[in-house]
Amino acid sequence: MPTLSEVMGQGRPVQGHRPWPRAVVPGEVWISTAERLKDGRWTLLGLWGERNAVHMAVLDESRREAGVVSLEVLAGRFPSVGQFHPPAIRLERTIKDLFGLEPEGAPDARPWLDHGRWGLRAPLGIKAAVEATGDAYAFLAAEGESLHQIPVGPVHAGIIEPGHFRFTASGETVVRLEERLGYVHKGIESLIAGADPARAARLAGRTSGDSTVAYALAFAQAVEAAAEIAVPARAVHLRGLMAELERLANHFGDIGAVCNDAAFALMHAHCGVLREQVLRAADACFGHRLMMDRVVPGGVAADLAPEGAARLRDLTRTIHARFPELVDLYDNTASLKDRTVGTGILAPALARQFGCGGFVGRASGRAFDARKTPGYAPYGDLRFETPHLEAGDVNARVWVRVVEVKQSVALVEQILDRLPGGPVRAVDDAWRPERAGEGLALVEGFRGDILAWLRLGGGGVVERCHLRDPSWFQWPLLEAAIEGNIVADFPLCNKSFNCSYSGHDL
Amino acid sequence: MRKIIFKSLVQAPLTEKPPAADAAALAELAQRLDQAARQRLGRSLSIRQVDAGSCNGCELEIHALNNAFYDLERFGLRFVASPRHADVLLVTGPVTANMREALERTYRATPGPKWVVAVGDCAFDGGVFAGSYACVGGVSAVVPVDLHIRGCPPSPTALLGGLLALLEHSAE
Repeated sequence: MPTLSEVMGQGRPVQGHRPWPRAVVPGEVWISTAERLKDGRWTLLGLWGERNAVHMAVLDESRREAGVVSLEVLAGRFPSVGQFHPPAIRLERTIKDLFGLEPEGAPDARPWLDHGRWGLRAPLGIKAAVEATGDAYAFLAAEGESLHQIPVGPVHAGIIEPGHFRFTASGETVVRLEERLGYVHKGIESLIAGADPARAARLAGRTSGDSTVAYALAFAQAVEAAAEIAVPARAVHLRGLMAELERLANHFGDIGAVCNDAAFALMHAHCGVLREQVLRAADACFGHRLMMDRVVPGGVAADLAPEGAARLRDLTRTIHARFPELVDLYDNTASLKDRTVGTGILAPALARQFGCGGFVGRASGRAFDARKTPGYAPYGDLRFETPHLEAGDVNARVWVRVVEVKQSVALVEQILDRLPGGPVRAVDDAWRPERAGEGLALVEGFRGDILAWLRLGGGGVVERCHLRDPSWFQWPLLEAAIEGNIVADFPLCNKSFNCSYSGHDL
Repeated sequence: MRKIIFKSLVQAPLTEKPPAADAAALAELAQRLDQAARQRLGRSLSIRQVDAGSCNGCELEIHALNNAFYDLERFGLRFVASPRHADVLLVTGPVTANMREALERTYRATPGPKWVVAVGDCAFDGGVFAGSYACVGGVSAVVPVDLHIRGCPPSPTALLGGLLALLEHSAE
């Protein structure tokens, strides 16, 4: 079997693509790469389009090799990857919606993000004006005796993002769940195209607000790779601090919210207090509760406040004092565990096939962590473990978060112990790229690996940028995990996945 | 569990003093609120949150209003699950084209008297997403807005200040 670099060697290497190679390949290599994904040898990291090209990012986990294969000059069509590898299906439907490129042989020809409301087709390709009257959408059939359907959304009952869920149920039991997403599509990739790096970073940081640090970091790393900017050591460590604070805040929120969806409000209240304390510490240290716009190309926008290190030490002490008793409370409340154990099981084989990251993948046996593979600073010098379990149920997804909280606290402490001095930014907001280049980055957000790919133009702007949320490879698995569960357990399962709507819809 | 509950009983509460009702918000409301509607509702409002395309940052801070530090319900403000039960629609996001109809229908499903509070810079004028083919750009482009609470995202304290202003005016 040829390795990824041998396969890419069959194409034309693209100069100035960093840190991993990109090659323009002939159609048969594109197809053989898709077949290799089907075999489970490689993992699909992303699949995105341009006006006249498609790109597929692939990871060979065993060899720790990553690369991008591209097809160019398409005549409006390209061979479908989804016909071999189902995780690509929604990504291809998106390529068709945004660029008007037809995936030939694709198993699902329905639109995905395009609801017929934009007033135009193929907004990033060869645009065509249409009336924005809305398209009818054909949900998949589920036929059988005494089945009934429950449509939910896009406006949901809680304070959550919009999306539509179509349940087909037999009595209480879910026979099929079909998601329809795209309601919060904002056109981020089109807004970034042609923007200067500072504005593009602000947009990237608002792809999914709960992961604003991770997105800003992925975007910044891609810019720095493309333009070969060296980031000062202090900035690298401050980025690590922010990323772990973001992970802590989200995990506290999620652990509490999952318990709340099992009607156990006490955990929710106490986890909510811990989350608020993390956000207040973030505000005191970096000047923004969610740390928006703090990670920027070239470094960080704000140095740690003078009293910041002491504030973070206080925070980790509080967590050490408070969190273990909450974990005990979770673990020893039989009525709560009764709801979470054995509920919403995601089979490890599916998690592997979809290259599913974050706590969803880790709870189903896939221990992937972008901080380790391919890995980036400052994590190479830090000690931490990536927990993983095999059970794949709601309980396992809670438990992975619990262990990750402990790991993140330890990471914050380690970073504080070794925080170097010096400058925190290599280039400022006025910086514009002088020469063309392409960059790729894979960053571990709280819900999994975020991929950022971009091309800097010689004219000082970001010509094209693609951001792939971890949810792309998690949303489809929620449909699988809920099957055979009761409708009333859907909120619990959904919260345990906590996929991003905004990050997915772009 | 008993230990945790007991500790909570003997500890001082985490809940903090409310901020003053936001002065700018009061001024905006003074022009819009109908005297009769205020008298009917008193000091209790039910809020239905609608995400019309936000990045979910605003939702995180709206969620925080329910935590022990801000404890929104002590003011008679509470989140409800249906627009049919709501007096206030709390709308976030630049209103995506794909959410426009859902927002209009939610507004129509809310019985009067009702108020619309637009939360965040996106809900004000589209924010960083203004000008996109996929965004309408600001909640007031779709439904009438009574109060804007700016910020990206607004902090829970700013949200509380705005909502308290609404409450004071609705009770006048």
